[in-house]
Amino acid sequence: MSNLKILVGCKRVIDFTVKVRVNAQKTAVETANVKHSLNPFDEIAIEEAIRLKEKLGGDVVKEIIAVTCGPSKSQEQLRTALAMGADRAIHVEVSDESYPKLQPLGVAKLLKAIVEKEKPNLVILGKQAIDDDASQTGQMLAGLLNWPQATFASKIDINGESLKVTREVDGGLETIGSKLPSVITTDLRLNEPRFATLPNIMKARKKPLTKFTPQDLNVDITPRLETISVTDPPTRKGGGKVDSVDDLISKLKSAGAL
Amino acid sequence: MRSSQGLLQLIGKVSYKRTILHNFKFINIAYNSQRRNYASEAETTAEIHKKVPTKVFNYTYDTYPHLKRNPNFKELSPSDIKFFQSILSSNEIIIDNGNNQDDLLPYNIDWMKKYRGKSRLVAKPKTTEQIAKLVKYCNENKLAIVPQGGNTGLVGGGVPLFDEIIISTNNLNKIRDFDHISGTLVCDAGCILEVLDNYLAERGYMVPLDLGAKGSCHIGGNVATNAGGLRLLRYGSLHGNVLGLEVVLPDGTILENLSTLRKDNTGYDLKQLFIGSEGTLGIITGVSILTPRRPKSVNVAVFCLNSFQNVQEAFNISKGELAEILSAFEFWDINALRMVKHHLFQGTNLPLEDKYPFYVLVETSGSNKEHNEEKLHNFMEILMTKGVVEDGVVAQDNTQIQNLWLMREGIPEAGSKSGSVYKYDLSIPLPVFYNIVEDMGNRLKDAGIFGKDKPVTDVFGYGHVGDGNIHLNIVAKSYSPEITKLIEPYVYEWTAKYKGSVSAEHGLGLMKADCIGYSKSQKMISIMKQIKQTIDPNGIMNPYKFIL
Repeated sequence: MSNLKILVGCKRVIDFTVKVRVNAQKTAVETANVKHSLNPFDEIAIEEAIRLKEKLGGDVVKEIIAVTCGPSKSQEQLRTALAMGADRAIHVEVSDESYPKLQPLGVAKLLKAIVEKEKPNLVILGKQAIDDDASQTGQMLAGLLNWPQATFASKIDINGESLKVTREVDGGLETIGSKLPSVITTDLRLNEPRFATLPNIMKARKKPLTKFTPQDLNVDITPRLETISVTDPPTRKGGGKVDSVDDLISKLKSAGAL
Repeated sequence: MRSSQGLLQLIGKVSYKRTILHNFKFINIAYNSQRRNYASEAETTAEIHKKVPTKVFNYTYDTYPHLKRNPNFKELSPSDIKFFQSILSSNEIIIDNGNNQDDLLPYNIDWMKKYRGKSRLVAKPKTTEQIAKLVKYCNENKLAIVPQGGNTGLVGGGVPLFDEIIISTNNLNKIRDFDHISGTLVCDAGCILEVLDNYLAERGYMVPLDLGAKGSCHIGGNVATNAGGLRLLRYGSLHGNVLGLEVVLPDGTILENLSTLRKDNTGYDLKQLFIGSEGTLGIITGVSILTPRRPKSVNVAVFCLNSFQNVQEAFNISKGELAEILSAFEFWDINALRMVKHHLFQGTNLPLEDKYPFYVLVETSGSNKEHNEEKLHNFMEILMTKGVVEDGVVAQDNTQIQNLWLMREGIPEAGSKSGSVYKYDLSIPLPVFYNIVEDMGNRLKDAGIFGKDKPVTDVFGYGHVGDGNIHLNIVAKSYSPEITKLIEPYVYEWTAKYKGSVSAEHGLGLMKADCIGYSKSQKMISIMKQIKQTIDPNGIMNPYKFIL
């Protein structure tokens, strides 16, 4: 294929190094004043799109479009994607109030609408977002579009219209073949994302960013699932020190381990 | 991720996520384990050394035969041991019994394995009162003492030279009080810096100093050596941040002054005497320290530059453009970068190309993300348009922040993996700051000992440009008197010529005990000696070091 157009998903999530806290109402985790970053699997997706463009050349990969569905602050993550090397960005703005209720099906429908508008022939998404760990959006999008899907990719080869994807499965690797257009979701070992360089960060600020709302796209994002409560995992009980081997043995015995 | 479902069921969702992400950011793991090499919870030093295969390390007094034991000090007798045992419980004391050298070694040798003493007794008291009793007894019996914290020093100040008794602050590790409004923290001297920082993090505060060894160094040791570190540029030195100290004097008196007052102009400020005294005037047992609020927004960028002139220019611009949000300005040269790449970034991408002579890390810390980012972007735009920097990267998330810091913080670790490292910690005026690295390289080349397959394999510089503090490192295949003679006293004379300091933040310790004259006048040194004589007339506190 000489006209490859790649759409890449970018979700804004709480940075993985942050210790998440459940809010006082026990309805969600605390997101205010917490460091957010690009979902690491989406970062891998962007890196892969850029590598495809570098490998196949700009004549083949015409354009890489980064897309996010989220509140206005999600634009930071789009700028990151642009600084890494995406050509332009689309922001489907979801209000701060309705964003916590946005679910994979809603996102998949929004992405379907963008796909119909932009007509990409490859969509690369992270296999899951590290906040809700749903791992559903890519599969749902493929279903809605009636496209083939290759999930959990650890290696991607494109040759003309045909696609060869290696997947990490229990017990080893599985290689599958498919045709474009297609949806791919990325696994951990697909690549190692690059750092955004200074000149590219400067350029990214001038790259085009288009905004839509779900209404513009005629998509209903009403939640289908209800979160009943969010709770912390049980705290780990601290261990104790023993003074001698005898002490250890007697403790083990009293605990019924010996 | 393989068998992720199984994992999920097995260990629950949270740890599952951690597993993925720790695999995902494998650099990060490398980074953490790096730190843990000389850093972790209490007893770390002991654990690390236990992992080291038993190799014979020379005693310092064998390496430097001119150092002689002071015959005025008593040798440890069975009655002394009995007294110590009456004060300390069995797990607070290690006594040489002829076949437990492995237990004593971690306390007798420094982490660089450069200095080794032969102490026969390690005391690890839990309270200030125990320390006071021990010190009083030692003073009356003229038993010499080495106070020891996390044993992360670089100049041999925290390990014995001969048979001095080691008083370790390992077990003195309680946080005593924290005031949420003023941000004053009062704690025992043996609290590990990182533990304190984590404690404060939960309360929205941070310790005002940060250094590579934070996972094992003790706050008492930090104060005793007036440690500097990475954030001195922003928060100032411990002379400003320490509000009060509790010190056990050599006669066993407890000098209690754990003030939390910011202003107190009554009499001589005695605590200042102990900050940076390297354990020669007493043992710091408690610290009261002013802690700043933890910044909400931190950004880190690394730039590549073509000359040291440009490094200075970038620093100058950063002071104007970033002003109050600038929290670190660090530099390293290409040799340092290549070493880090070789040892710590194997199998992974270095964030930057290793083809520029100089690299600079700029960190901003502030309360408003948008405001800080705008400032940083303006700063970067100026650097680019003026041609001060050639290239650069900006961290997009916390992992990238850690990886960028690893390029700087990993240098000492990478150095020690490359060979035996001669470390010089100098304050030098910025205009001639980097010349010492070039001059030293040329000197060693001219002597025919520096180059591939020569005794000296690398000479590099890095450090705190913002504080005028450079670390000159010379990597040799092994420490040898011939190499030492070429480096010293040349490096000290060079520094004195430019009115620098021969010890910016590492201290004098044993390594530079006779070097103070390069940076201080005879009159000043004589007053210092009078102070020492007044407070420690028997000279039992950390002898053979600091000022000779």
